[in-house]
Amino acid sequence: LIYAKSLFSDLLSFCCCFFFLQKSVVDGVLPSFRSVCGEDGVSLSEAIREQHGKDESVHKCCPPDVVVFPRSVDEVSALAKICHMHCLPIIPFGTGTGLEGGVGAMKGGVCFSLRNMDQVLDLHVEDFDVTVEPGVTRKALNSYLRDTGLWFPVDPGADASLCGMAATSASGTNAVRYGTMRENIMNLEVVLADGTIINTAGKGRRPRKTSAGYNLTNLFVGSEGTLGIITKTTLRLYGIPEAVVSAVCSFPSVQAAVDSTVQILQSGVPIARIEFLDDVMIDACNRFSSLSYPVTPTLFLEFHGSERSLEEQVNTSEEITQCNGGSDFQWAKDEETRSRLWKARHDAWYAALALRPGCKAYATDVCVPLSMLPQIIVETKEDLIANKLTGPIAGHVGDGNFHCLMVLDPNDPDELQRVHLFTERLARRALAMSGTCTGEHGVGLGKRALLVEEMGAQAIQVMQSLKETLDPKNLMNPGKVLQ
Amino acid sequence: FQVGLLVSVKRFFLFLFEIRVKPDKSGVVTDGVKHSMNPFCEIAVEEAVKLKEKKLIKEVVAVSCGPQQAQETIRTALAMGADRGIHVQVAGKDYENLGPLQVSKIMAALAKKEEAQLVILGKQAIDDDCNQTGQMTAALLDWPQGTFASEVSFEGDKLKVVREIDGGLETITINTPAVVTADLRLNTPRYATLPNIMKAKKKKIAIMKPEDLGVDITSRVEVLRVDEPPQREAGVKVETVQDLVGKLKDSGLV
Repeated sequence: LIYAKSLFSDLLSFCCCFFFLQKSVVDGVLPSFRSVCGEDGVSLSEAIREQHGKDESVHKCCPPDVVVFPRSVDEVSALAKICHMHCLPIIPFGTGTGLEGGVGAMKGGVCFSLRNMDQVLDLHVEDFDVTVEPGVTRKALNSYLRDTGLWFPVDPGADASLCGMAATSASGTNAVRYGTMRENIMNLEVVLADGTIINTAGKGRRPRKTSAGYNLTNLFVGSEGTLGIITKTTLRLYGIPEAVVSAVCSFPSVQAAVDSTVQILQSGVPIARIEFLDDVMIDACNRFSSLSYPVTPTLFLEFHGSERSLEEQVNTSEEITQCNGGSDFQWAKDEETRSRLWKARHDAWYAALALRPGCKAYATDVCVPLSMLPQIIVETKEDLIANKLTGPIAGHVGDGNFHCLMVLDPNDPDELQRVHLFTERLARRALAMSGTCTGEHGVGLGKRALLVEEMGAQAIQVMQSLKETLDPKNLMNPGKVLQ
Repeated sequence: FQVGLLVSVKRFFLFLFEIRVKPDKSGVVTDGVKHSMNPFCEIAVEEAVKLKEKKLIKEVVAVSCGPQQAQETIRTALAMGADRGIHVQVAGKDYENLGPLQVSKIMAALAKKEEAQLVILGKQAIDDDCNQTGQMTAALLDWPQGTFASEVSFEGDKLKVVREIDGGLETITINTPAVVTADLRLNTPRYATLPNIMKAKKKKIAIMKPEDLGVDITSRVEVLRVDEPPQREAGVKVETVQDLVGKLKDSGLV
């Protein structure tokens, strides 16, 4: 016992030494940092460091030792070289809108805030591509593109940095038609842990398809800052839809809603969005926005296309929903009515929070093959009731991806623990059904163990080898994705 | 009841971008900044196109005054649904000095020439925030005006306009022909889609000069200097309430 105690205090003092040592290393390199990105490109202030140590997840704030604000890829590279030489952790930061604690500086270190690199470069309207820097957010890009008739459709809830979305392989409500970041990135410029700058598809290249070499682009997509810092991304653009129709339909059961989804997809309707809200969520939305949807599983649909094709799409979908017991099918074409129809879906997050004022919300994120969706949702709802948890469900049902918006009291450790165990059971349930523990939010801090279960030891070993090759000193966002 | 409608559009920086003052303080840096249609002008075009879609308007003509690039802005209006455009060429120093009075003279002359029954403009441009052109145009034409419109509808051959004013909303009925200026909540402008952009390339833009309309664009206003707002300085923390009161007194605020 005495031996164990002294070992523990040795370890503790080692950790303290380690952090103290690292702090003094950071102090030592500050002049070099300043000479790279200027006096006001380096910040030690507590407020700035805290701002850069947390995102929108429930993970605690883990501030870095210093935040730097490079203005160009050359500055990023120079800073990375300094960090590499002094073994300082590097944490890339976009907009801080992640949901899995990906920006927490678990081992302290240097946060690279990329917000000053905010140019839209190289727009090619006829080739449907554009290259952007990390400070450009998706809404900023779409505003920039407004006059060209083009848009970038991947739309996670937040107004996130596009390079950050690349790093987390983000997705959105219209992935069912336009895909996720994985399908829409043509090239990346990445700074590696030692400052080397690479272009994953070759510098400036933007062919619509290629068979050239290993797919480095998609290696970095979803790497969550653990393999390199993304400083440019070349994105695939789409034409803004000529017309949009939105629709809502209620169903007697989750099965009926999912069956309709599958059949709509099978009938070749190029549906743009198909969102699912369960009865608990609908009830919350009714109360929050004074609406009067029937309190039963509901689908929210959106169709994009020319005027004529929309008519066909809507008719086909309406017939399918009716065959599955759907009722109250309403649709609209003009902006104002469409917004009204979809109001419940838009307010879902706030409606969930309003169920228990003073509480916070955490969104789970699993994805399973479509055919498994009814079963997993039913089992999950039973789990919620049995454990007295508040978790209305909203899902991108066209992808088999759904979120339980867990509303919890952050000051109740018992509830925190129950939610934590629930989310683990949910993730394992999804894994047991050939799914994934994270459909869109990433692995971050909280799902590293689940990743191992999902991938299996051999695949994890390959991932580990890649990490060791690209980042042998483990400086890139340590403590994330891999254990 | 079918009328012709003039909608005025102005080109300036895309609202996202930071504005920087030129070192010689004569104006703002315009080189290399992405330009786009003034947001309130977009709302005006959207309203014009909506009225046409409801078959209350026969034809929408988009007008812009400026250098060659003004045609890009007119093309965007055409892609949103305007039928044809008029580009009044004003370039160089003349363009830098072009203000609401000159533009409203041009709009008034065009309104008469085109026999328009309705002129719609954005309530103000985001470069100068003048909020004068619509009102001046109405005065020059001696037409009624419905400004800061958040809702526009026809009642017979009169126009009902709901205006956003400080105290709330004011509803007025005005005779046509009339001038309307669009406020933020009038509508949500549509994005120009690729097929419409392609169609817009075939629509006509007539080009003319202010002299052709008999308008003298000499400015009576001279910009002396443009300054950035003062830089925000760091705050000061004090230890006690007494210190705070002392500092407030020292700076003459109390």
